[in-house]
Amino acid sequence: MRETASILPLQLDGLGFAASGERLLRDVTLTVRPRRRLVILGPNGAGKSLLLRLCHGLLRPSAGRITWAAPERAARAQAMVFQRPVLLRRSAMGNILHALAVQGHARQARRARAARALEPFNLAALADRPARLLSGGEQQRLAMARAWALVPEILFLDEPCAQLDPASTRLIEEMIARFSADGMTIVMTTHDLGQARRLAEDVAFLHRGRLVEASDAARFFAHPASAEARGFLAGELIL
Amino acid sequence: MSLIATALDLILSGDAILLDIIALSLRVTLSAVAIGCMIGLPIGAGLAMARFAGRGVVIVLVNALMGLPPVVAGLLIYLLLSRSGPLGPLDLLFSPTAMILAQTVLILPIVIALTRSVVEDLWGEYEEQLRSLNTSKLRAIPTLLWDGRFSLLTGVLAGFGRASAEVGAVLIVGGNIAGHTRTMTTAITLETSRGNLALAVALGMVLMTVTLALNAAAYGAGQWGRRIAG
Ligand SMILES: Nc1ncnc2c1ncn2[C@@H]1O[C@H](COP(=O)(O)OP(=O)(O)OP(=O)(O)O)[C@@H](O)[C@H]1O
Ligand SMILES: [Mg+2]
Repeated sequence: MRETASILPLQLDGLGFAASGERLLRDVTLTVRPRRRLVILGPNGAGKSLLLRLCHGLLRPSAGRITWAAPERAARAQAMVFQRPVLLRRSAMGNILHALAVQGHARQARRARAARALEPFNLAALADRPARLLSGGEQQRLAMARAWALVPEILFLDEPCAQLDPASTRLIEEMIARFSADGMTIVMTTHDLGQARRLAEDVAFLHRGRLVEASDAARFFAHPASAEARGFLAGELIL
Repeated sequence: MSLIATALDLILSGDAILLDIIALSLRVTLSAVAIGCMIGLPIGAGLAMARFAGRGVVIVLVNALMGLPPVVAGLLIYLLLSRSGPLGPLDLLFSPTAMILAQTVLILPIVIALTRSVVEDLWGEYEEQLRSLNTSKLRAIPTLLWDGRFSLLTGVLAGFGRASAEVGAVLIVGGNIAGHTRTMTTAITLETSRGNLALAVALGMVLMTVTLALNAAAYGAGQWGRRIAG
């Protein structure tokens, strides 16, 4: 995908995060391997979004270390789509143009590139609409298009299909597979186990702020090692 | 009734003196608004983003200055520009420039305070997304100002309203000199005390119309903004 050395793998060592004295995430040790699709699973409140934020550099860990293979290039080579996408008060196209401008892309190239990013997400017809008046699902697709337009090496997706109808979900899954085929590393969360089975190559299972299991996807779904994961996959309410 | 009829006649016949007064008033206030925005928008945005000791004190001070009595602002500029004052040699007292200066002092706190609160709220909402894009706080300022444009416009119009309605500041530093520094508000004061009520009423009507148009514009801008920006 690019000639320069990859910023991956991403190594997490004993990562912990505490807020107001409460340890919300503790002792997470995990390697995010290049060109893989890692799906983070776990019940509500397990710490999945926190883990993505820590990896993406939005939160400072209170314990442990985050190490990128090429730290000097790490910040610019990643993008994230949030669980609740934040869109600017501009048109759909304007949102992507802004992201490209902030990241220093040449003015002349921005418009064509933004249009290329809208197109595969079925947003071309909505390009001039105010982004914040789009439907929830359209907003989520736009946030995805914006992240993709930046051509990151690693893309963090926090429940990218939470508000999408079946057709849009399939579209997003196809896009994720395509990014991945292009060599992009994907780290995502989802509550849709069908989706996790379709997309995951690696799985990290979080439970109450702890990394209970990390393994390759086939093994995780066939033979979950922990009682928590077995219960989770069986759809039991685990507390 | 005949008073209003005479006043209307003055306005509709395009009385030269009346038009001069209106033109000067608009020139002074619009200039003050422009300068107030040029200074106030960046300062307000900076105040929203910066964290420093005493920031709270500065914010309270700016908020309090929104209520600065116009006569006090006028007095301040008067002392600054008077012969013995620090800017005395510029010989600006009793000129339109002095009036622009005084009104800028009135408008500035409004623009700064409003910009501060608009930008701070937007930053709260956008921070994660902008930081995800690797945006520095400095680079975020133009983004936040642009996205807050409709809320900011309301504040700018409020500043315009305050400046166009005040009489104390322009009277002190302008001197209400006919054909030179006479504005709508100072003229109303003078003509009323002289008993020339028709001119005073005519000016009052123009002033009211301007205020009304302004509020309509502010309301319209807000509605339009909500519709196109969400
Ligand atoms: N900044 C914060 N301060 C205090 N508590 C927080 C903070 N951020 C998250 N939490 C708490 O940490 C826990 C984990 O939150 P997180 O958002 O990571 O959960 P999640 O696994 O993404 O859940 P969901 O599936 O519902 O999205 C929750 O209990 C949440 O209330
Ligand atoms: Mg979450």
